[in-house]
Amino acid sequence: MRAREIGKLPSSANYEAVVIGASAGGFKAVAAIFDAVPLEFALPVLLVQHLHHDDDGAFAAHLAAVSKLPVIEPCDKEPIVGGHMYIAPAGYHMLVEQNGIIALSTEEKVNWSRPSIDMLFESAARMWGERVTALILSGASSDGTAGIQAIRAAGGLTIAQKPDTAEHPFMPQTAIDSGAVDEVLTIEEIIARITGLRPAIPRRERKK
Amino acid sequence: MTSTKNQKPEFEAIEIDLLLEAIFRRYGYDFRSYARASIERRIRLFLSASGCSSISGMIPKVIHDKEFFSRLVRYFSVSVTEMFRDPSVYRVVREKVVPLLKTWPHIKIWLAGCATGEEVYSLAILLKEEGLYERATIYATDFSDEALACAREGIYDLAKLQDATRNYQKAGGKRSFSEYYLARYDAATMDASLKGKIVFSSHNLAMDGVFGDMHLIFCRNVLIYFNRDLQNRALTLFTDSLVHGGYLCLGTKETLQFTDVSHCYDVVDGKARIYKKGICHES
Repeated sequence: MRAREIGKLPSSANYEAVVIGASAGGFKAVAAIFDAVPLEFALPVLLVQHLHHDDDGAFAAHLAAVSKLPVIEPCDKEPIVGGHMYIAPAGYHMLVEQNGIIALSTEEKVNWSRPSIDMLFESAARMWGERVTALILSGASSDGTAGIQAIRAAGGLTIAQKPDTAEHPFMPQTAIDSGAVDEVLTIEEIIARITGLRPAIPRRERKK
Repeated sequence: MTSTKNQKPEFEAIEIDLLLEAIFRRYGYDFRSYARASIERRIRLFLSASGCSSISGMIPKVIHDKEFFSRLVRYFSVSVTEMFRDPSVYRVVREKVVPLLKTWPHIKIWLAGCATGEEVYSLAILLKEEGLYERATIYATDFSDEALACAREGIYDLAKLQDATRNYQKAGGKRSFSEYYLARYDAATMDASLKGKIVFSSHNLAMDGVFGDMHLIFCRNVLIYFNRDLQNRALTLFTDSLVHGGYLCLGTKETLQFTDVSHCYDVVDGKARIYKKGICHES
Protein backbone atom coordinates (compact mmCIF):
# COMPACT_ATOMS: atom_id res chain seq x y z
CA MET A 1 0.00 0.00 0.00
CA ARG A 2 1.35 3.41 -0.96
CA ALA A 3 2.20 5.71 1.94
CA ARG A 4 0.61 9.12 1.95
CA GLU A 5 2.90 12.01 1.14
CA ILE A 6 3.74 14.23 4.09
CA GLY A 7 1.52 17.27 4.17
CA LYS A 8 -0.99 15.53 1.91
CA LEU A 9 -3.23 14.14 4.59
CA PRO A 10 -6.70 13.36 3.34
CA SER A 11 -8.20 16.23 5.34
CA SER A 12 -6.41 18.77 3.16
CA ALA A 13 -7.09 17.02 -0.16
CA ASN A 14 -9.61 17.88 -2.83
CA TYR A 15 -12.24 15.41 -3.94
CA GLU A 16 -14.16 14.61 -7.09
CA ALA A 17 -16.61 12.02 -5.86
CA VAL A 18 -18.06 10.08 -2.95
CA VAL A 19 -18.83 6.37 -3.28
CA ILE A 20 -20.92 4.48 -0.74
CA GLY A 21 -21.45 0.77 -0.13
CA ALA A 22 -24.24 -0.52 2.07
CA SER A 23 -25.95 -3.83 2.61
CA ALA A 24 -28.22 -5.32 5.27
CA GLY A 25 -29.37 -2.65 7.71
CA GLY A 26 -27.83 0.06 5.56
CA PHE A 27 -31.01 1.74 4.50
CA LYS A 28 -31.42 3.93 7.60
CA ALA A 29 -27.79 5.03 7.45
CA VAL A 30 -28.03 5.80 3.73
CA ALA A 31 -31.29 7.68 4.15
CA ALA A 32 -29.77 9.76 6.99
CA ILE A 33 -26.83 10.71 4.77
CA PHE A 34 -29.02 11.53 1.77
CA ASP A 35 -31.30 13.58 3.99
CA ALA A 36 -28.38 15.59 5.38
CA VAL A 37 -26.38 16.33 2.23
CA PRO A 38 -27.02 20.01 1.48
CA LEU A 39 -28.26 21.42 -1.79
CA GLU A 40 -24.91 23.07 -2.53
CA PHE A 41 -22.99 19.79 -2.27
CA ALA A 42 -20.75 19.80 -5.34
CA LEU A 43 -19.59 16.20 -5.65
CA PRO A 44 -21.39 13.30 -7.28
CA VAL A 45 -22.39 10.50 -4.92
CA LEU A 46 -22.53 6.92 -6.20
CA LEU A 47 -24.23 4.30 -4.06
CA VAL A 48 -24.37 0.53 -4.16
CA GLN A 49 -26.96 -0.78 -1.76
CA HIS A 50 -27.59 -4.50 -1.99
CA LEU A 51 -31.21 -4.80 -3.06
CA HIS A 52 -33.67 -7.55 -3.70
CA HIS A 53 -33.46 -8.31 -7.41
CA ASP A 54 -37.15 -7.47 -7.82
CA ASP A 55 -36.64 -3.88 -6.67
CA ASP A 56 -38.05 -1.80 -9.48
CA GLY A 57 -36.65 1.58 -8.61
CA ALA A 58 -38.62 1.73 -5.35
CA PHE A 59 -35.47 2.13 -3.29
CA ALA A 60 -34.23 5.02 -5.41
CA ALA A 61 -37.68 6.63 -5.24
CA HIS A 62 -37.56 6.37 -1.47
CA LEU A 63 -34.20 8.13 -1.32
CA ALA A 64 -35.37 10.75 -3.78
CA ALA A 65 -38.10 11.62 -1.30
CA VAL A 66 -35.60 12.44 1.46
CA SER A 67 -32.78 13.93 -0.62
CA LYS A 68 -32.43 17.59 -1.50
CA LEU A 69 -30.30 16.64 -4.50
CA PRO A 70 -31.44 14.79 -7.63
CA VAL A 71 -31.45 11.02 -7.10
CA ILE A 72 -30.94 8.96 -10.25
CA GLU A 73 -31.15 5.28 -10.99
CA PRO A 74 -28.90 5.61 -14.02
CA CYS A 75 -29.10 4.08 -17.44
CA ASP A 76 -25.96 2.72 -19.03
CA LYS A 77 -23.58 5.50 -20.24
CA GLU A 78 -25.20 8.17 -18.08
CA PRO A 79 -22.76 11.08 -17.61
CA ILE A 80 -21.75 11.66 -13.99
CA VAL A 81 -22.67 15.15 -12.82
CA GLY A 82 -21.65 16.83 -9.57
CA GLY A 83 -24.38 17.21 -6.96
CA HIS A 84 -26.28 14.19 -8.27
CA MET A 85 -26.84 10.96 -6.35
CA TYR A 86 -26.57 7.77 -8.43
CA ILE A 87 -28.09 4.53 -7.15
CA ALA A 88 -27.03 1.23 -8.72
CA PRO A 89 -30.14 -0.47 -10.14
CA ALA A 90 -31.06 -3.92 -8.79
CA GLY A 91 -29.54 -6.67 -10.91
CA TYR A 92 -26.77 -4.53 -12.43
CA HIS A 93 -23.21 -3.82 -11.43
CA MET A 94 -22.45 -0.09 -11.60
CA LEU A 95 -18.96 0.96 -12.69
CA VAL A 96 -17.28 4.25 -13.44
CA GLU A 97 -15.69 4.66 -16.86
CA GLN A 98 -12.54 6.70 -17.39
CA ASN A 99 -14.42 9.35 -19.36
CA GLY A 100 -16.67 10.09 -16.38
CA ILE A 101 -19.72 8.10 -17.38
CA ILE A 102 -21.53 5.25 -15.68
CA ALA A 103 -21.31 1.76 -17.12
CA LEU A 104 -23.74 -0.94 -16.08
CA SER A 105 -23.07 -4.62 -16.41
CA THR A 106 -24.84 -7.93 -15.92
CA GLU A 107 -21.67 -9.89 -15.37
CA GLU A 108 -21.82 -12.65 -12.78
CA LYS A 109 -22.35 -11.76 -9.14
CA VAL A 110 -19.35 -10.68 -7.11
CA ASN A 111 -19.45 -11.62 -3.41
CA TRP A 112 -22.89 -13.08 -4.16
CA SER A 113 -24.04 -9.60 -5.06
CA ARG A 114 -25.09 -7.70 -8.15
CA PRO A 115 -24.62 -4.79 -7.79
CA SER A 116 -21.35 -5.34 -5.98
CA ILE A 117 -19.68 -2.69 -3.86
CA ASP A 118 -16.21 -3.95 -4.85
CA MET A 119 -17.00 -3.45 -8.54
CA LEU A 120 -18.00 0.19 -7.97
CA PHE A 121 -15.13 0.99 -5.60
CA GLU A 122 -12.42 -0.59 -7.75
CA SER A 123 -13.53 1.30 -10.84
CA ALA A 124 -13.83 4.51 -8.79
CA ALA A 125 -10.27 4.03 -7.53
CA ARG A 126 -9.06 3.85 -11.12
CA MET A 127 -11.09 6.84 -12.20
CA TRP A 128 -10.46 9.24 -9.34
CA GLY A 129 -7.41 7.87 -7.52
CA GLU A 130 -6.71 9.98 -4.42
CA ARG A 131 -9.67 12.22 -5.17
CA VAL A 132 -12.41 9.88 -4.08
CA THR A 133 -13.91 9.25 -0.66
CA ALA A 134 -15.38 5.83 0.03
CA LEU A 135 -17.84 4.98 2.80
CA ILE A 136 -18.65 1.48 3.93
CA LEU A 137 -21.83 1.18 5.98
CA SER A 138 -23.89 -1.48 7.72
CA GLY A 139 -23.98 -4.97 6.21
CA ALA A 140 -23.65 -8.68 6.80
CA SER A 141 -21.49 -9.22 3.72
CA SER A 142 -17.77 -8.92 3.10
CA ASP A 143 -18.46 -7.06 -0.15
CA GLY A 144 -16.66 -3.73 -0.21
CA THR A 145 -13.47 -4.73 1.57
CA ALA A 146 -11.48 -5.37 -1.61
CA GLY A 147 -12.90 -2.11 -2.95
CA ILE A 148 -11.88 -0.17 0.15
CA GLN A 149 -8.38 -1.60 -0.23
CA ALA A 150 -8.25 -0.47 -3.87
CA ILE A 151 -9.39 3.04 -2.94
CA ARG A 152 -6.85 3.21 -0.13
CA ALA A 153 -4.07 1.94 -2.39
CA ALA A 154 -4.91 4.67 -4.91
CA GLY A 155 -4.63 7.27 -2.13
CA GLY A 156 -8.34 7.96 -1.64
CA LEU A 157 -10.01 8.56 1.71
CA THR A 158 -11.68 5.53 3.28
CA ILE A 159 -14.29 5.69 6.00
CA ALA A 160 -16.21 2.92 7.77
CA GLN A 161 -19.33 3.27 9.85
CA LYS A 162 -18.47 2.60 13.49
CA PRO A 163 -19.44 -1.09 13.75
CA ASP A 164 -21.26 -0.82 17.09
CA THR A 165 -23.50 1.87 15.57
CA ALA A 166 -24.34 -0.24 12.52
CA GLU A 167 -27.38 -2.52 12.43
CA HIS A 168 -25.09 -5.18 10.98
CA PRO A 169 -21.47 -4.56 12.06
CA PHE A 170 -19.88 -7.33 9.97
CA MET A 171 -19.29 -5.39 6.75
CA PRO A 172 -17.67 -2.27 8.23
CA GLN A 173 -15.72 -4.45 10.69
CA THR A 174 -14.34 -6.61 7.85
CA ALA A 175 -13.25 -3.48 6.01
CA ILE A 176 -11.59 -2.11 9.15
CA ASP A 177 -9.82 -5.42 9.82
CA SER A 178 -8.24 -5.23 6.38
CA GLY A 179 -6.24 -2.25 7.61
CA ALA A 180 -7.39 -0.06 4.72
CA VAL A 181 -9.84 2.19 6.57
CA ASP A 182 -8.64 5.71 7.44
CA GLU A 183 -11.48 6.78 9.71
CA VAL A 184 -14.11 4.96 11.75
CA LEU A 185 -17.05 7.29 12.35
CA THR A 186 -20.67 7.42 13.47
CA ILE A 187 -23.29 8.43 10.90
CA GLU A 188 -23.40 11.97 12.34
CA GLU A 189 -19.62 12.22 12.02
CA ILE A 190 -19.74 10.79 8.51
CA ILE A 191 -22.26 13.45 7.48
CA ALA A 192 -20.07 16.21 8.90
CA ARG A 193 -17.00 14.73 7.23
CA ILE A 194 -18.40 14.39 3.73
CA THR A 195 -20.26 17.67 3.69
CA GLY A 196 -16.93 19.27 4.66
CA LEU A 197 -14.99 17.67 1.79
CA ARG A 198 -13.35 20.21 -0.42
CA PRO A 199 -14.28 19.71 -4.07
CA ALA A 200 -11.47 19.56 -6.59
CA ILE A 201 -11.36 22.37 -9.08
CA PRO A 202 -13.00 20.98 -12.20
CA ARG A 203 -10.79 20.10 -15.12
CA ARG A 204 -7.59 20.72 -13.19
CA GLU A 205 -4.85 18.30 -14.08
CA ARG A 206 -4.67 15.64 -11.44
CA LYS A 207 -1.32 15.30 -9.67
CA LYS A 208 0.40 12.12 -10.69
CA MET B 1 7.65 -7.04 -12.48
CA THR B 2 5.70 -9.83 -10.81
CA SER B 3 2.35 -8.15 -10.65
CA THR B 4 0.56 -5.40 -12.52
CA LYS B 5 -1.25 -4.43 -9.35
CA ASN B 6 1.04 -1.67 -8.19
CA GLN B 7 2.07 -0.27 -11.51
CA LYS B 8 0.88 2.98 -12.95
CA PRO B 9 -2.59 2.79 -14.51
CA GLU B 10 -1.37 4.48 -17.69
CA PHE B 11 1.12 1.67 -18.29
CA GLU B 12 -1.63 -0.87 -17.86
CA ALA B 13 -3.75 1.05 -20.35
CA ILE B 14 -0.97 0.66 -22.94
CA GLU B 15 -0.73 -3.07 -22.28
CA ILE B 16 -4.47 -3.50 -22.64
CA ASP B 17 -4.57 -1.48 -25.87
CA LEU B 18 -1.82 -3.65 -27.32
CA LEU B 19 -3.46 -6.87 -26.22
CA LEU B 20 -6.80 -5.92 -27.79
CA GLU B 21 -5.03 -4.78 -30.95
CA ALA B 22 -3.19 -8.11 -31.14
CA ILE B 23 -6.46 -10.02 -30.77
CA PHE B 24 -8.07 -7.95 -33.50
CA ARG B 25 -5.21 -8.34 -35.97
CA ARG B 26 -4.67 -12.02 -35.28
CA TYR B 27 -8.27 -13.27 -35.00
CA GLY B 28 -10.47 -10.46 -36.28
CA TYR B 29 -12.40 -10.18 -33.03
CA ASP B 30 -12.75 -6.51 -32.20
CA PHE B 31 -12.90 -5.87 -28.47
CA ARG B 32 -11.25 -2.47 -28.81
CA SER B 33 -14.62 -0.76 -28.67
CA TYR B 34 -15.97 -2.63 -25.70
CA ALA B 35 -16.88 -0.74 -22.54
CA ARG B 36 -13.50 -0.23 -21.04
CA ALA B 37 -14.00 -0.66 -17.26
CA SER B 38 -15.63 -4.04 -17.72
CA ILE B 39 -13.21 -5.47 -20.28
CA GLU B 40 -10.21 -4.28 -18.27
CA ARG B 41 -11.58 -6.09 -15.27
CA ARG B 42 -12.12 -9.26 -17.31
CA ILE B 43 -8.53 -9.07 -18.53
CA ARG B 44 -7.25 -8.68 -14.97
CA LEU B 45 -9.32 -11.65 -13.85
CA PHE B 46 -7.99 -13.72 -16.71
CA LEU B 47 -4.44 -12.60 -15.95
CA SER B 48 -4.58 -14.01 -12.45
CA ALA B 49 -5.88 -17.31 -13.83
CA SER B 50 -3.51 -17.43 -16.81
CA GLY B 51 -0.15 -17.98 -15.16
CA CYS B 52 1.25 -14.94 -16.97
CA SER B 53 2.99 -12.29 -14.90
CA SER B 54 1.74 -9.25 -16.81
CA ILE B 55 -0.86 -8.27 -19.37
CA SER B 56 1.81 -7.57 -21.96
CA GLY B 57 3.18 -11.03 -21.22
CA MET B 58 -0.09 -12.47 -22.47
CA ILE B 59 0.33 -10.93 -25.92
CA PRO B 60 2.74 -13.52 -27.42
CA LYS B 61 0.60 -16.32 -26.05
CA VAL B 62 -2.55 -14.83 -27.52
CA ILE B 63 -0.88 -14.53 -30.90
CA HIS B 64 0.65 -18.02 -31.05
CA ASP B 65 -1.65 -20.15 -28.92
CA LYS B 66 -5.19 -20.39 -30.20
CA GLU B 67 -6.36 -22.35 -27.18
CA PHE B 68 -5.07 -19.60 -24.88
CA PHE B 69 -7.01 -17.07 -26.94
CA SER B 70 -10.19 -19.17 -26.69
CA ARG B 71 -9.84 -19.23 -22.93
CA LEU B 72 -9.46 -15.47 -22.86
CA VAL B 73 -12.53 -14.94 -25.04
CA ARG B 74 -14.53 -17.07 -22.64
CA TYR B 75 -13.74 -14.41 -20.05
CA PHE B 76 -15.12 -11.74 -22.37
CA SER B 77 -18.41 -13.48 -22.98
CA VAL B 78 -19.86 -12.80 -19.62
CA SER B 79 -23.38 -11.55 -19.58
CA VAL B 80 -25.44 -13.60 -17.16
CA THR B 81 -29.10 -13.91 -17.96
CA GLU B 82 -32.10 -15.98 -17.02
CA MET B 83 -35.39 -16.99 -18.59
CA PHE B 84 -37.99 -14.25 -18.61
CA ARG B 85 -35.56 -11.84 -16.99
CA ASP B 86 -37.55 -8.65 -16.28
CA PRO B 87 -40.94 -10.39 -16.52
CA SER B 88 -42.77 -7.10 -16.99
CA VAL B 89 -40.98 -6.62 -20.32
CA TYR B 90 -42.48 -9.85 -21.63
CA ARG B 91 -45.89 -8.73 -20.46
CA VAL B 92 -45.52 -5.52 -22.41
CA VAL B 93 -44.42 -7.52 -25.47
CA ARG B 94 -47.61 -9.58 -25.15
CA GLU B 95 -49.81 -6.53 -24.75
CA LYS B 96 -48.28 -3.97 -27.09
CA VAL B 97 -46.14 -5.79 -29.64
CA VAL B 98 -47.86 -9.10 -30.28
CA PRO B 99 -51.11 -7.54 -31.59
CA LEU B 100 -49.13 -5.79 -34.34
CA LEU B 101 -46.94 -8.78 -35.07
CA LYS B 102 -50.18 -10.64 -35.75
CA THR B 103 -50.87 -8.35 -38.69
CA TRP B 104 -47.88 -9.70 -40.61
CA PRO B 105 -48.27 -13.06 -42.42
CA HIS B 106 -44.76 -14.12 -41.54
CA ILE B 107 -42.60 -12.63 -38.83
CA LYS B 108 -38.87 -12.53 -38.50
CA ILE B 109 -37.31 -11.94 -35.12
CA TRP B 110 -33.65 -11.31 -34.43
CA LEU B 111 -32.31 -11.98 -30.98
CA ALA B 112 -28.88 -10.36 -31.12
CA GLY B 113 -26.37 -11.51 -28.51
CA CYS B 114 -28.34 -14.56 -27.43
CA ALA B 115 -25.52 -15.91 -25.24
CA THR B 116 -26.56 -19.27 -23.75
CA GLY B 117 -30.10 -18.98 -25.09
CA GLU B 118 -32.34 -18.33 -22.10
CA GLU B 119 -34.08 -15.42 -23.80
CA VAL B 120 -34.53 -17.27 -27.07
CA TYR B 121 -36.53 -19.98 -25.35
CA SER B 122 -38.47 -17.40 -23.35
CA LEU B 123 -39.44 -15.69 -26.58
CA ALA B 124 -40.30 -18.99 -28.28
CA ILE B 125 -42.63 -19.86 -25.40
CA LEU B 126 -44.28 -16.46 -25.59
CA LEU B 127 -44.83 -16.81 -29.35
CA LYS B 128 -46.30 -20.28 -28.90
CA GLU B 129 -48.79 -19.08 -26.35
CA GLU B 130 -49.76 -16.15 -28.54
CA GLY B 131 -50.31 -18.42 -31.54
CA LEU B 132 -47.48 -16.80 -33.50
CA TYR B 133 -44.81 -19.44 -33.29
CA GLU B 134 -45.72 -21.32 -36.47
CA ARG B 135 -45.36 -18.27 -38.66
CA ALA B 136 -42.24 -16.96 -37.00
CA THR B 137 -38.55 -17.44 -37.59
CA ILE B 138 -36.26 -16.52 -34.71
CA TYR B 139 -32.68 -15.77 -35.63
CA ALA B 140 -30.58 -16.16 -32.51
CA THR B 141 -27.04 -14.87 -32.94
CA ASP B 142 -23.93 -14.49 -30.86
CA PHE B 143 -20.23 -13.97 -31.57
CA SER B 144 -19.26 -16.85 -29.32
CA ASP B 145 -19.54 -20.29 -30.90
CA GLU B 146 -19.31 -21.82 -27.48
CA ALA B 147 -22.29 -19.84 -26.20
CA LEU B 148 -24.21 -20.71 -29.37
CA ALA B 149 -23.54 -24.40 -28.81
CA CYS B 150 -25.04 -24.12 -25.31
CA ALA B 151 -27.99 -22.19 -26.64
CA ARG B 152 -28.61 -24.78 -29.34
CA GLU B 153 -28.53 -27.59 -26.78
CA GLY B 154 -30.97 -25.81 -24.49
CA ILE B 155 -29.99 -27.68 -21.36
CA TYR B 156 -30.11 -25.73 -18.12
CA ASP B 157 -29.47 -26.26 -14.46
CA LEU B 158 -32.75 -27.42 -12.95
CA ALA B 159 -32.26 -25.13 -9.95
CA LYS B 160 -32.18 -22.13 -12.29
CA LEU B 161 -35.52 -23.09 -13.75
CA GLN B 162 -37.21 -22.46 -10.42
CA ASP B 163 -36.48 -18.75 -10.78
CA ALA B 164 -37.56 -19.07 -14.38
CA THR B 165 -40.89 -20.55 -13.31
CA ARG B 166 -41.53 -17.61 -11.04
CA ASN B 167 -40.55 -15.19 -13.78
CA TYR B 168 -42.70 -17.02 -16.33
CA GLN B 169 -45.77 -16.60 -14.18
CA LYS B 170 -45.07 -12.90 -13.64
CA ALA B 171 -44.49 -12.52 -17.36
CA GLY B 172 -48.07 -13.49 -18.06
CA GLY B 173 -47.43 -17.18 -18.78
CA LYS B 174 -50.58 -19.05 -19.72
CA ARG B 175 -49.71 -22.64 -18.96
CA SER B 176 -47.58 -24.61 -16.56
CA PHE B 177 -43.92 -23.81 -17.16
CA SER B 178 -42.95 -27.46 -16.62
CA GLU B 179 -44.65 -28.31 -19.93
CA TYR B 180 -41.76 -26.67 -21.74
CA TYR B 181 -38.89 -28.77 -20.47
CA LEU B 182 -37.94 -32.28 -19.56
CA ALA B 183 -36.25 -32.66 -16.19
CA ARG B 184 -33.67 -35.35 -15.74
CA TYR B 185 -31.42 -35.49 -12.67
CA ASP B 186 -30.21 -31.91 -12.14
CA ALA B 187 -30.75 -30.78 -15.69
CA ALA B 188 -33.68 -29.53 -17.70
CA THR B 189 -33.79 -29.93 -21.46
CA MET B 190 -35.96 -27.44 -23.30
CA ASP B 191 -38.73 -29.06 -25.32
CA ALA B 192 -37.79 -29.86 -28.92
CA SER B 193 -40.98 -28.21 -30.17
CA LEU B 194 -39.52 -24.85 -29.11
CA LYS B 195 -36.47 -25.28 -31.30
CA GLY B 196 -38.02 -25.86 -34.74
CA LYS B 197 -38.30 -22.21 -35.67
CA ILE B 198 -35.06 -21.03 -34.11
CA VAL B 199 -32.06 -20.51 -36.37
CA PHE B 200 -28.84 -20.22 -34.41
CA SER B 201 -25.98 -18.51 -36.15
CA SER B 202 -22.75 -16.73 -35.58
CA HIS B 203 -22.87 -12.96 -35.90
CA ASN B 204 -20.59 -10.34 -34.41
CA LEU B 205 -22.18 -6.94 -33.81
CA ALA B 206 -18.74 -5.35 -33.86
CA MET B 207 -17.90 -6.57 -37.37
CA ASP B 208 -20.76 -8.19 -39.28
CA GLY B 209 -23.50 -6.65 -41.36
CA VAL B 210 -27.25 -6.25 -41.67
CA PHE B 211 -29.59 -9.12 -40.92
CA GLY B 212 -32.51 -8.24 -43.16
CA ASP B 213 -36.21 -7.49 -42.91
CA MET B 214 -36.78 -8.08 -39.24
CA HIS B 215 -40.10 -7.32 -37.53
CA LEU B 216 -38.71 -7.45 -34.02
CA ILE B 217 -35.17 -7.17 -32.73
CA PHE B 218 -34.45 -8.20 -29.17
CA CYS B 219 -31.07 -7.07 -27.89
CA ARG B 220 -31.10 -6.82 -24.13
CA ASN B 221 -28.07 -6.12 -21.96
CA VAL B 222 -25.66 -6.56 -24.83
CA LEU B 223 -25.06 -2.92 -25.76
CA ILE B 224 -23.98 -2.14 -22.18
CA TYR B 225 -20.73 -3.98 -22.95
CA PHE B 226 -19.98 -1.64 -25.87
CA ASN B 227 -18.64 1.88 -25.88
CA ARG B 228 -20.66 4.66 -27.50
CA ASP B 229 -19.17 4.17 -30.98
CA LEU B 230 -19.84 0.47 -31.06
CA GLN B 231 -23.30 1.01 -29.62
CA ASN B 232 -24.04 3.35 -32.49
CA ARG B 233 -22.70 0.82 -34.98
CA ALA B 234 -24.94 -1.92 -33.60
CA LEU B 235 -27.97 0.35 -33.38
CA THR B 236 -27.49 1.51 -36.97
CA LEU B 237 -27.33 -2.15 -37.97
CA PHE B 238 -30.61 -2.78 -36.17
CA THR B 239 -32.24 0.23 -37.76
CA ASP B 240 -31.15 -0.91 -41.22
CA SER B 241 -32.37 -4.44 -40.47
CA LEU B 242 -35.86 -3.52 -39.25
CA VAL B 243 -38.86 -3.18 -41.55
CA HIS B 244 -40.81 0.06 -41.28
CA GLY B 245 -42.91 -0.24 -38.13
CA GLY B 246 -40.67 -2.97 -36.73
CA TYR B 247 -39.87 -3.14 -33.03
CA LEU B 248 -36.66 -2.86 -31.09
CA CYS B 249 -36.44 -4.06 -27.50
CA LEU B 250 -33.42 -3.12 -25.37
CA GLY B 251 -32.43 -3.88 -21.78
CA THR B 252 -34.33 -1.99 -19.09
CA LYS B 253 -31.30 0.20 -18.38
CA GLU B 254 -30.38 0.83 -22.01
CA THR B 255 -31.72 3.85 -23.79
CA LEU B 256 -31.75 5.23 -27.33
CA GLN B 257 -31.42 8.72 -25.91
CA PHE B 258 -28.13 10.33 -26.99
CA THR B 259 -27.54 7.70 -29.69
CA ASP B 260 -27.27 8.25 -33.45
CA VAL B 261 -30.61 6.56 -34.17
CA SER B 262 -32.89 8.08 -31.54
CA HIS B 263 -34.68 10.13 -34.22
CA CYS B 264 -35.68 6.97 -36.09
CA TYR B 265 -37.90 5.54 -33.37
CA ASP B 266 -41.06 6.18 -31.40
CA VAL B 267 -41.23 5.01 -27.81
CA VAL B 268 -43.76 2.20 -27.39
CA ASP B 269 -43.04 1.59 -23.73
CA GLY B 270 -40.42 3.66 -21.91
CA LYS B 271 -39.94 1.36 -18.97
CA ALA B 272 -39.70 -1.83 -21.01
CA ARG B 273 -37.46 0.03 -23.53
CA ILE B 274 -39.53 -1.00 -26.51
CA TYR B 275 -39.23 1.21 -29.57
CA LYS B 276 -40.95 1.25 -32.95
CA LYS B 277 -39.12 2.21 -36.08
CA GLY B 278 -40.65 5.12 -37.95
CA ILE B 279 -39.37 7.52 -40.55
CA CYS B 280 -35.89 8.73 -39.66
CA HIS B 281 -36.35 12.46 -39.14
CA GLU B 282 -33.05 14.23 -39.44
CA SER B 283 -32.47 15.94 -36.13
